[in-house]
Amino acid sequence: MTAGVKQAIRAYLVDTFLFGEGGDDLADDASLLEAGIIDSTGVLEVVAMLEGQYGIGVDDEELVPENFDSVERLVAFVQKKQSAKRGA
Amino acid sequence: MCGIAGIVELGAGRPDRAALASMVDVLKHRGPDERGTHAAGRCALGHVRLSIVDLATGQQPMCNEDRTLWIVFNGEIYNHVELRQELEAKGHRFRTRSDTEVIIHLYEEEGPACVRRMNGQWAFGLWDERRERLFLARDQAGITPLFYAPFESRLLFGSEAKSLLAYPGFPRRFDPRALDDVMTTWSTLPPRTAFEGIFELPPAHTLTLRDGRFVVKPYWQLEYRAATPGASEEALCDEVLDGLVDAARLRFQRADVPVGAYLSGGLDSTLIVSIVRRFTDAPLRTFSVRLEDQEFDEGAFQQEARAYLDVEHQEVLCRKQDIALSFPDVIWHAEKPVVRTAPAPMFLLSQRVRDAGFKVVLTGEGADEMFGGYDIFKEAKVRRLIAEHPDSRMRPLLLRALYPYLPGLQRQSPAYLEAFFLARPEDLRSPLFSHLPRFNLGARNRLFFSEAVKSALAEHDTLAEVAGALPAGFGGWDHLSQAQFLEATYLLPGYLLSSQGDRMIMAHGVEGRYPYLDQRIVELACKLPARLKLRVLNEKFVLKRAGGELIPDFLRRRPKQPFRAPEAASFFEPTTGQARAPYIEELLGESKLVEAGIFNPKPVRMLVEKARRGNAGSIRDGMALASILSTQLLVEQFVHRFGRLTA
Repeated sequence: MTAGVKQAIRAYLVDTFLFGEGGDDLADDASLLEAGIIDSTGVLEVVAMLEGQYGIGVDDEELVPENFDSVERLVAFVQKKQSAKRGA
Repeated sequence: MCGIAGIVELGAGRPDRAALASMVDVLKHRGPDERGTHAAGRCALGHVRLSIVDLATGQQPMCNEDRTLWIVFNGEIYNHVELRQELEAKGHRFRTRSDTEVIIHLYEEEGPACVRRMNGQWAFGLWDERRERLFLARDQAGITPLFYAPFESRLLFGSEAKSLLAYPGFPRRFDPRALDDVMTTWSTLPPRTAFEGIFELPPAHTLTLRDGRFVVKPYWQLEYRAATPGASEEALCDEVLDGLVDAARLRFQRADVPVGAYLSGGLDSTLIVSIVRRFTDAPLRTFSVRLEDQEFDEGAFQQEARAYLDVEHQEVLCRKQDIALSFPDVIWHAEKPVVRTAPAPMFLLSQRVRDAGFKVVLTGEGADEMFGGYDIFKEAKVRRLIAEHPDSRMRPLLLRALYPYLPGLQRQSPAYLEAFFLARPEDLRSPLFSHLPRFNLGARNRLFFSEAVKSALAEHDTLAEVAGALPAGFGGWDHLSQAQFLEATYLLPGYLLSSQGDRMIMAHGVEGRYPYLDQRIVELACKLPARLKLRVLNEKFVLKRAGGELIPDFLRRRPKQPFRAPEAASFFEPTTGQARAPYIEELLGESKLVEAGIFNPKPVRMLVEKARRGNAGSIRDGMALASILSTQLLVEQFVHRFGRLTA
């Protein structure tokens, strides 16, 4: 599942914020802020995508760079939320 | 304001009068009232007139008594009455009441140094037939435009680039460096323009042509020096108010046609109108633009200001469809790419003013630059504070106070807010610290460039050019002054006073007058201490304090809001995904993108699809779309053809 989620999230980020350009250069652990890929509006776009695509809710206190600021952090966050949902 | 053009032949040839006629005719919107040309020897001058001062005898080109000095002049010299008295006392005799003639005599008296004495907004070309010398000059702030181009064996000049492009055989080539500059700083970096071979005379510069060679040099520059120690805040506030009263009075009274005013609903224009209402008995008509979108509209504040000022007020509503339909005309007049659509409502507003029978309006531009009004000044202060005081508990509060009108930012967690405004140590050391977030944001849209343009720009570094052109004393100024300098040197003349200013207002033959850019006000503002401009995070403190009862209470309470208009939603209807005008579809389509060769069609297509879905609402996406469409319009209207595109 991880590979599928990672691929989907990466494709979303590259299409939405890089318009298909330079995706190969985006490392899984690269900071999306430092790379200039995501700004304040972008973070909210990502939240909307996660909520729509994966059916997970994002609480205000979860909206932090530790959860959102790289491909691998996003993947980990989605998995954590999905596990919590399944366990609930 | 008017339009001017000229040709000086450097070799044995004589100026082509038909070519001069073409150069002048294309400027007709700047001067619909009269037209004049003069050719003698190696020089030909042309002028289109917007008659405002000395309606009966102010025709141009104008000459001195022995017809050896000829001038074409665009603008206003607000201290022309005082200069005339001084010159008459020295024996000069005047034939007209115009400010144009004052320049001729002032030049006779003081030579090129005459420009230092002139307080106003102006650009002129002066031909000294005896010495065979051309002298071009432009006002200090850069309100009035002037361009020049060496072409084959001659030098051409004109109020707009299109005047030079109208010269037969002049090559019409887009310079991608201009696009890079605009995407980064919102402005081209003068003398560069959007067209290869055409140069902008920078603000506060002169050009002297003699013996076939020309020299461009500055005659004035912004310099920030704190006031003499011991000057009380009260005395400085009084000085600012007295200066503004006189600046507004001169601009209101020195015209032989009725003068109106823009009223935006903000502090700056309200204070100017309030001054005029308080210190003159003359009636005043005000004008404003409303935006269809609640997010951008300031109608409620405009109504409050109107009621307080008791003026006769007219407004025009700007819908998203109006932005789409006017955008080709906006770019035809702006003559450079733009990263925002805000010039479009200003274009519609000046049309409304003209339709109401007015040729002149007072307007509030310059106050934010001179008195520290912009959010970018606050943002820089907060970013620096956070970087230098990492343990401050005020940090989240300060960050949330920065952009109250941006809902996306207000919803962020404290951790993300800090991450957005994080300043790296190397940023803190940069002389461009205050503007790095803005400059970097725009520069990210380079990803849309075609491979050919990326390759052409490989050696081009806009920020290095900006940093390299900083004045010697820059490093010694306080941080606010440094940020103000960048704003007043690039965004003010290169965007606000041109793409959103002169070009939009003169598109309909209306003159904007700018009391906050009175030369005395500018120099006074430069010596105010930072605490009188941005007190903690209270912007334009000195104006609020000096204005006293001239400013209604609501303006002290209301949050400042930048003048903005929708970008992506102005071009694509988000519910249907349809372009709002056929030209948008065509110019953003693969065929026209490939033909122009500036952008890579694939990322542009993805951006367009995002806009169709209504998802291109971020500042960066909006800027990308506006830059790409405006560049495509520029190439279509100036390179592929030479004429306006009908929306």
